[in-house]
Formats: sequence, C-alpha cells, structure tokens
Amino acid sequence: MRDLNIYLTGVGGQGIGLLSRVLAEACLEAGYDIKSVDTHGLAQRGGTVISQIRIGEKIYSPLIPKGEADIVIGLERLEAFRAMQMLKNENGKVLYYDSQYQPIDVRLDDHHYPSKEELQEYSKKKKCEIKDVKNDQLPDPRMQNIVLLAEIAKLGWIENVDAQSIKNVMREVLPAKIRTMNLKLFDDLIME
Amino acid sequence: MSRFVDKLLQPKPHRELIMGNHALVRAMLETGVKVATTYPGSPTPEIAAAITAIPKEKRPMYFEYSVNEKVALEIALGASVNGHLSTVFFKSVGLNVASDSAVQLGLLNTIGGMVIILGDDPGAHSSQNEQDNRHFARTSYIPMLEPATPQEAYQMYKDAVQLSQKYEMPIFLRMTTHVCHANQVIELDQLQIDDYSWESKFDTQKGPYLPITSKVFPLKKEALNKLAKMEQESENSPYNKVHSPNGKGAVKGKKLGIISSSMPVLSILENLKKVTHPIDILQINFSYPVPESKVAKFLENHDEVLILEELDPILEQEVKNIAWDNGSKCRLHTRQEIDDLVGELTPARTWKILDDIWPDLFQLSTKEIEKPDISPRIAQMCPGCGHRSAFHAIKKALPEDAITVGDIGCHSLGFFKPYNVGQVLLSMGHSNGTGSGLSINNNRKVVTFIGDSTFFHAGIPGIINASYHDHNITLVVMENGTTAMTGHQPHPGSGEISAKIPIKTILESLNAGFIRDIDTYNQKKLTKYMKEALDFDGFSVVIARHPCMLKFTREQRRKESYNPSHVKIDQDSCRHIYDCIEEFGCPSFTRNEDGSITVNRELCIGDGSCLQTCPVSAIEFDKEGDKNA
Repeated sequence: MRDLNIYLTGVGGQGIGLLSRVLAEACLEAGYDIKSVDTHGLAQRGGTVISQIRIGEKIYSPLIPKGEADIVIGLERLEAFRAMQMLKNENGKVLYYDSQYQPIDVRLDDHHYPSKEELQEYSKKKKCEIKDVKNDQLPDPRMQNIVLLAEIAKLGWIENVDAQSIKNVMREVLPAKIRTMNLKLFDDLIME
Repeated sequence: MSRFVDKLLQPKPHRELIMGNHALVRAMLETGVKVATTYPGSPTPEIAAAITAIPKEKRPMYFEYSVNEKVALEIALGASVNGHLSTVFFKSVGLNVASDSAVQLGLLNTIGGMVIILGDDPGAHSSQNEQDNRHFARTSYIPMLEPATPQEAYQMYKDAVQLSQKYEMPIFLRMTTHVCHANQVIELDQLQIDDYSWESKFDTQKGPYLPITSKVFPLKKEALNKLAKMEQESENSPYNKVHSPNGKGAVKGKKLGIISSSMPVLSILENLKKVTHPIDILQINFSYPVPESKVAKFLENHDEVLILEELDPILEQEVKNIAWDNGSKCRLHTRQEIDDLVGELTPARTWKILDDIWPDLFQLSTKEIEKPDISPRIAQMCPGCGHRSAFHAIKKALPEDAITVGDIGCHSLGFFKPYNVGQVLLSMGHSNGTGSGLSINNNRKVVTFIGDSTFFHAGIPGIINASYHDHNITLVVMENGTTAMTGHQPHPGSGEISAKIPIKTILESLNAGFIRDIDTYNQKKLTKYMKEALDFDGFSVVIARHPCMLKFTREQRRKESYNPSHVKIDQDSCRHIYDCIEEFGCPSFTRNEDGSITVNRELCIGDGSCLQTCPVSAIEFDKEGDKNA
C-alpha cells in the first residue's frame, strides 16, 4: 500500500489514547511500518487532543505535514471539523463520532457550535468523503471508541485492517475488566 | 502483572511498538540503573508511570517522586558519587529549579554514572515557556545528546550511560515533547537483571567533591579537559552524520547543505521527499560538544549551507565560529524571521523556511482552502472540580480592583473565562513572593493562590517570607490532595507514600494571624472566610480543599457498587439567568440554540456542586434519569 496518514482527534478524557493504540497495533498486524505520536498538552482538562498515525516505509517525522492527512477520525463533531483542515485537498476521508462537547466560547455565546450540515458543506470544498456515527445505547461514553473502531473495520479505508485484525488487538490491549463488554459491542456492531 | 510490565521486563530481545518515554525505561533496566528520581512534569510523566507500574518487589532500582527537581537531582548525584548508576528526569523548566546544583555537576566525578533526562517543550504544549535547555549544557560543562526518535532515545540512553561511566561525568539527554510521545517499533536487546550488592563506594579520593575556594579552579580545568575528550567522542559519534536522501550532486552548479539536529532533521527529510534536489544534511544529534572537524569538513564540501534548528540560534553560533576559525568560504544561511525562532519546527514550518532561503527550489504548490470559523477549545477544569467551586465562591468576596496571583497547577486554568482569577503567573511557587511585592504600600487587596504539590515543591520559602515580614496578602491554598495536572502523582501531603505532612499544621507553625480551612463545595462559607481574610490586616490564609474529582471519579468507577449520578435542569423553573454557564462554568452544561440549558450526561459526574449556584434552584439531581439508565 502507498503511504497513509491518519489524523485522530477528540476532547481530553474521551479515550483517544486507546483508540490510537488499537489502530496503530492493528496496522502493525496488517504488516505495515508505522510511526505515531500523541499530542495532549493539558489534555485531561478538556482541551483538544490529537494522535497521528503514519503508515509507510519511508516515514521520517511522526507529525503529518499540514494538508496531507488521508483520513481524519474524530471523537467529537467540532474537533473533527477543526481537524478537517489537516486533510489533503482531494480524496480525503472523514469519520467522526457525533458527540457534541461545547467549548467555553460556545457556552458563553461568543461562538457558535457547528452543525452537521456545516461539516458536510466544508467536505465539498475539501472534496472529501464524510461519515458520522452515533449510538445512544452505550452504557459508558468511552465505548464510543469501539463504535468508531467497528465503523473503521466496516468501511475498509485502511487496506488489510479489518474486523479480525482490530479484534485481535483489542483482545491484547483492552484491560481485562472491560474486555468482554467491549468485544461484544464490537461484534454486534460488525454484524449489523 | 500487566501486559505492559510483562513486555517491559521481557528478558529476550524482541520487537516492540513503544513510546519514547517507555523506551527510556527499558534502556534504564538494561543498563542497570539503580536510583531514579523525578518531580512530575510534562512531557516526562510516562517515564515514572512505567517505572512505578513495575511492582516494587520486581523493580530493580530505587525510585522516588522527590519534592522538587533540585532535590531529585541531588539524590541522583548522591547515589552516583556513591558508585550507583543513577538517572533523574524532569520537564524543561524543572532544570531551572535544579540549576543551583546542576551547574556544579560538571565539576564532580560522578563515579557510578549519571544521566539527566530533560523534557524540553518546543511549542510550549504544556509549559509556561519553550526554553531551550541546550544553553545549560554550555553553562554546566555537561555533554548533551538529542534523540530524534524513540529508537534513538533508547540507544542514546545506553550510550550516555557508557560515556558517563567512562568519563565519570553526567550526561544530558535532551528529549522534546514529540520525541517523548512518539511511538515506533524498536528492536529491544536482551534484558538481564543481576543481583546488586549496593556496596558504598563514596571516597573523597575520587573527588574532591567540594568546589570551594582554591579547589574551584582545578575542578573547572578538569571539567574542561573532560569536555575536550568528549569532543572526540562527538567527532566519532554515529549520531553525527551526513544524510544525502536525494543522492550526491550539485543544484545549479552549487553544492547545498543543511546543518540541523534532532527532530528538525526529520522535518527536513520529510520535505526533501517532495523534491529531487541533492541537498545534504549534516545531523548533529550528539550536540555538545559540537564536532568541529565534521562541521568544518561539511562547510568545505558545500557552497551554501543553511543552519536550521528549533528554538534558539545555538548551533548557528557554533557553526559560525567554526566557519570563522577555519576561514570557510561557504555561504551560510540562517533563519531570518523572528517567527522562525518561535515554536516547534514541524514539517510545514520547515518547508516555509526552506522556501524563504531557496525560493526557486521549494515552491508552495497546494492552494489554501478558505478556513472555516471554528471556536477555540480552551482547556478547563473538569466537571465537579473543587477549584471551580473555589473560584466561584472567592470571586464573590473579591473587591473589583483586587489583584490575583496564580501559581502552576490545575488552578492556573482559573485565569481563563469565565473566572479570570490569577492574573500573574511565572513559575512554580512564585505566587507569594510576587504577591508580597505587589502588596507593598498598595491599597488594593492582593490574593495569592498555590496548589498543594506546588506548596511543597517551591512554595514554602515565599510563604515563610510573607509570614516573617507580615506582608498584607491573603493566601488561598488550593488543596486537592494530589499532583493533579500531571496525572495524580503523590506528594508529601497526599499520604500515599508515608504519613501525610499536613499543610494546615505547617501554616499554623508559621505564626500566620488568620487561618481558615474549608471544603470548597461549601461555597457560602468559603465566601465568608474569604471576606474575613481580606479584612484581616496582615498575612492571612484560607485553605480551600476538595479532593481531585477526576481522580475520585476514576476510583469510584472501578468499584462494583458504582452508580453513575447526574444532575438535570428543571426546564419549568429555569429563568435563563445563565449563572450556571456564565459564572460557574461547568462544562457539563450545554447552551442550546433555543436558549435553553441542558446537561450533557456524558460529562456530568453528578457531584452536585452546581446546585447551590442557581438563583432559582432549577438544577436538581436526575434521580429519575439515573434510575432508568
């Protein structure tokens, strides 16, 4: 496969570390050479969090050059919108979980929160494919990660990273206490 | 043991996807580090997290969270002059705290070996500045290695240990944020953990260890001698090498080169992928002492050389000196814009500089698509945070013109909207010194803040000084029982390592004339105490305590009996006064387009600290919702 840049984003506390770890290891399982990096700053305190995964043989920097992300994966709508600026100008792909965490500027009415339509509109300018997922039945919001992983498996945007390879990694990586519950959710979503 | 620890302690050589910080821990285990110390600070806390993940009985080293970076460094020094291989690690600005002792280290024979890991933060992702600690290598006569990748960090750490033991001098390993947090598959070597005798080897014959009076000069000469030998190591180091990613050759009849170090080399290599020009790069990752012959030879072999580094022009000055000394004819290019001296040298910013220097060779081709208008997302205190209740209550007591002085920690976030409390912020523990200075012959009230970990770290001298000279300030100790901002590490007052050292008792012994102690969720009483403290003439203290709710909630969630709880807004009672979002500011509240307020159940932890903030009592526990969930 040619080089592929995956840019993940969300809000501190959503569990992007686990999502990124599972995806990175699934890429390794698929036989790719990867480099990745997390940027969390004051992440636990509700700021923007970013994780970057780069697939390819001649990758030097773990940082994706601006405008060269092939895939954006967002855990939250506004952050997915922001991350779309990192996307290349053609043939990019965006998948986001449609949770909505208002930043303080929105709550103070100094700024607006983007609608789904705004993201759609911008995706036309960026000439990219965009898809969002949501599941209102989750017992724990951190399971939104699993919903995204199942969708990534189904969409097949990353060649050879499929339900089986993701599941293999989840079995290894997830803490024992939440493993069964998360694997079951993943299976159910794949079967849908 | 966890899968993570199993892999970390795996004796056989193996391949592993590993983070830079964790690669360092594997290198520590392989080299047999016996004493490791730190004070928590980003981007290095994962090093300590990995060490402490190893159960104590399996941990082949002594580890401690010291009270601050200076003490941590001194403990590592003490261990090394006693013959034990030691390491100390902390964030960039931690070296400022440690510097009074750090500048002496180059003068001492650290016989056991000693590696000082620095977590520099270009881009100031989680620091109050982006200071360039390469300066410190020069001030303290200590060699410096700068890895660009986790692989290099792993290898360099092991080489640093060897160099340190060979020359009996400490070595700086300067990491940067995105080297600490990068992940890469690394070939890990065998790990053999041998029994260790802990034999005490401290011997004044190996010293002297007291650089005072006439002893200073021979010690300084010895340090400079060691550095001269170290320059030979740098000349021969595989970390200082030439890359020619596009082959050898000339561009329009001229041989072009770039001198750089560490992560910026990767950014340059990324950009050279996009062009075919045969531009050479001299990478200097063993960066102090700079290998003079290697640089001189590179200059001799090129017609034009760009010195491209991150942050301060340090390599630039070194290369210019070498060019002058060697009568070089090479044309030197340097960064021209002040902007280029600020922030991280990402691939995109590197391209811009290359384009400034060689506009014919690096043209921008992609068109910019109009940026949408997107709200910033400022970091904020977590739902249920006791500091939020504190700021909300304290603001009610503050006169309009009060001056508020913040300190480092989660409560620094109080400066942001909607509280705007903590208008001055310098460094760990500064608040009471700065506040005392502000209070001199000043009719305006001065309020200082400090967190509990910072209280122990560097806060005590300023507080003693305020009490000693009876400066007219009100100190608010924001006590949450942990070092919260960096990931809940223990501190002397948290009671996890040994019996709690109570802050209140310390303050009582300082003769402060007014001390009150209150849980911040009791907002009314906190406001009352604050008013009394402000009316008090002289040094007064209010301890505003509440346990870190992020830590507390995580602990609760692990329990079988945990039942999530939430609040809701009674839409019939709500009068759209918006105190909940505009004054109290919990992120769990959502302002809807129709003007109504609802609660985001994904964020709310049901702590109920918001209930008292609504003038019409429209916030209530969502018992019904929680029963049905």
